[in-house]
Amino acid sequence: MKSLLPGAERPVVQFEHVGMRYGLGPEVLSDVSFRIAPRSFQFLTGPSGAGKTTLLRLILLSARPTRGTVAIFGEEVSGISSDKLTALRRRMGVVFQDFRLLDHLTTYENVALPLRVQGRSETSYRAEVVELLRWVGLGERMHSLPPLLSGGEKQRAAIARALIARPDLLLADEPTGNVDPALGRRLLRLFLELNKLGTSVIIATHDFGIMDAVEARRMVLDSGRLRIEE
Amino acid sequence: MSIAAKARARAGGAPPPDPSLPGNLRRNAPLVPTDTAAGRSLAAVIAILTFLAGLCAGAAEMVATNATQWQTSVAQEVTIQVRPGPGRNVDADVAKAEELAKAEPGVAQTRVFSKGESERLLEPWLGTGLDLSDLPVPRLIALRMSGDRADLGRLRTRLTEALPGVASLDDHALWLQRLSTAASAFVGVGIGMVVLVLVATGLAVTFATRGAMAGNREVVEVLHFVGAGDDYIARAFQSRFFGLGLRGGGIGAACAILAFAVAGLVTRATQSGAAGQEIEALFGTFEIGLRGYASIALIGVIASLVTGAVSRLTVRRYLA
Repeated sequence: MKSLLPGAERPVVQFEHVGMRYGLGPEVLSDVSFRIAPRSFQFLTGPSGAGKTTLLRLILLSARPTRGTVAIFGEEVSGISSDKLTALRRRMGVVFQDFRLLDHLTTYENVALPLRVQGRSETSYRAEVVELLRWVGLGERMHSLPPLLSGGEKQRAAIARALIARPDLLLADEPTGNVDPALGRRLLRLFLELNKLGTSVIIATHDFGIMDAVEARRMVLDSGRLRIEE
Repeated sequence: MSIAAKARARAGGAPPPDPSLPGNLRRNAPLVPTDTAAGRSLAAVIAILTFLAGLCAGAAEMVATNATQWQTSVAQEVTIQVRPGPGRNVDADVAKAEELAKAEPGVAQTRVFSKGESERLLEPWLGTGLDLSDLPVPRLIALRMSGDRADLGRLRTRLTEALPGVASLDDHALWLQRLSTAASAFVGVGIGMVVLVLVATGLAVTFATRGAMAGNREVVEVLHFVGAGDDYIARAFQSRFFGLGLRGGGIGAACAILAFAVAGLVTRATQSGAAGQEIEALFGTFEIGLRGYASIALIGVIASLVTGAVSRLTVRRYLA
């Protein structure tokens, strides 16, 4: 229920009766409603093909719902202007399951990308990027192009890229899928630290190991329907 | 404080590392891959089109320059024709006409063609060895004009008044007009071809940009996700294509300039021979001058600008 108190914090993400289908196919998401509160931490889980990626795409504004309403940072997204869309995306960080690093840019350039597209000069963010790269264990791989990185290194680079602009909302699709358990726990700790610093975090995962390690809300998708386990 | 520093502070990690970067780290590579086979092909197409446009512009410039030279030299000479008539003393008429011409300001020099000289002018048509004394061969007076503008209309009137039906003034106006029309037409065709070539460049760039957008779909998507606006992405593509255009336009313009320079040198070297004289008779001096070279360089620059602008427009329309 919406708070009636003036100045109450708006949800970071709000879905109301959202349905989504591709073309004339069946509904991938059916009547999905939920809210992501500021500074909250949650897992998004469910079997393969349950609609997790579609839900993340809707939050990332790379797809529009077939029905229902989606609001991101309090902004209803149907008919949103291109400039507002860009401004909303700058408040989000995303880690893709397939990393989506740009193969022609070095690891350093890939991680610095969100700051570079904001028009900042390279000298203004150099120290930040190097520090984060070293923190995720890629200090020696700054020069490398993504095709030369291992799966785990690519994943860490993708995570660093998602974190570098200090987003208000972090979306991570299977962020620990390609790393060993020790690094997985370290990355999870990084996400939790980021959450404590004020970022809302949604981690889409199948990994019960990391879900059991943290007490957090679980959003379970099954056949396009959402169930929330507090 | 950065995320890593804050997180580390909470986790009780190691002190912050030295943020200095290795000196040889590549830091600001173009966001859109540049050195691709498609990029090199496009640069080659732009180079060829610029080269052709440069040749057209240079040829038009050469014709325009030579036409002006021809017009100037032809306009500096006018002719008075004195026809023999029954009961008239043609020598007296010629003397009278010459006197009138000399009195006209702007006439620097007069030269009367003698009867023999006038008859010799007919030899190419009538052959030699003919007795032309019975034929009423007109006599000619060639006038060389000085730099001052002469009033040829007044001279014509005076001649008509003094020697009605006998003397006439030919200032080659018709011929000059035709020459001017032909030269203008040639220059117009040259400009038209330059425009067509630039349009072809624009179309080639449109197709290449669409291809590049399709080939870099993932790059565009990632740029969107990391917070790049459409305009930023369009600028990234524009700078990539402007670079290709600059390379292609530069090579094409340089080749065209080189072609004219070499042709000029070769013409000058062979000028003394018969072939050189024929070429000079056909083309005039094989020189396009500073303005011609500047036009070709300008075409190279315009081709680059067209490339950049068209790619930006295409990307904006593609993303819209």
